[in-house]
Amino acid sequence: MPTLDPIDRAIINGLQGGFPISERPFAEAGEALGLTESALIERLRKLEQAGAMSRFGPLWNSEGLGGAVCLAAMAVPAERFESIAAIVNAHPQVAHNYEREHHLNMWFVISTLEPEGIVSTAAAIEAETGLEVWLMPKEEEYFVEFRVAV
Amino acid sequence: MRLSSTDRNLLAATSGGLPLDPDPYGDVARRVGCDRQTVLARFEALLRSGAIRRIGLIPNHYALGVVANGMSVWDIADEAIDRIGAMVGELPFVSHCYRRPRHMPLWPYNLFAMAHGCTRAEVLAKVEEISRLIGPASRGHEVLFSKRILKKSGLQMPGGRTAV
Repeated sequence: MPTLDPIDRAIINGLQGGFPISERPFAEAGEALGLTESALIERLRKLEQAGAMSRFGPLWNSEGLGGAVCLAAMAVPAERFESIAAIVNAHPQVAHNYEREHHLNMWFVISTLEPEGIVSTAAAIEAETGLEVWLMPKEEEYFVEFRVAV
Repeated sequence: MRLSSTDRNLLAATSGGLPLDPDPYGDVARRVGCDRQTVLARFEALLRSGAIRRIGLIPNHYALGVVANGMSVWDIADEAIDRIGAMVGELPFVSHCYRRPRHMPLWPYNLFAMAHGCTRAEVLAKVEEISRLIGPASRGHEVLFSKRILKKSGLQMPGGRTAV
């Protein structure tokens, strides 16, 4: 786990949204944190290198772009797990994939710009793996906002 | 909303992140072949419309010690689900809360609520809190802990083109 000083923490806690859309956004964002433009950029590069952030930029929402997102699950036999993971992950439409402790042990999110891409991606994975893909589309969203406080 | 070719190019150029340089939007403009003013205007509009949820640091919560991730799933009576879902979604520690279809008979769960923590015990304590809140309206639940991230990328363009 990377060691974070109070400035790193302030950056992580304060910059998970609201990054300015402007000519010199790092200068503006730095001001709010008491950092110069170059100091903020340097810190962010180090946080990226240390693995503390996976990326810095826009969080695109495919549904807001006219596309679709769907959670999917599979029950993968243990001895085939790695090869099935490679097949699933090879689809660019698969945005996240997690191994979970359950009979349904592989859970992934299909995210596409064309709504029909959900079903076609699931069908392609079923054809390539011979395993059933359980689609679990959201019917209602009660809350979504994932921020980390450090 | 159908994506214009400019927006499509912006998505392809930034789904992997913005350049960590003083003028990131100008860099993106050069990469996609338009001017900075256009990029700024499109980003403003995309943020307003919800096509971009937010702009900033996307933490790697595992690297930050938030390693326990429990997807709690609940079997709630259909007539109570929306009331219960709204209540669970309001808990401060629930990051995602959705209603999803059951797959009977193997999967009776229709409410999903994600809880995170530094340890499994911490997550289980949160699930216990959800359980108390729901009370007898829950006919059963499970917690699916994540063992490993197999993939985590942003939205990608078909063809897998992502920019740094």
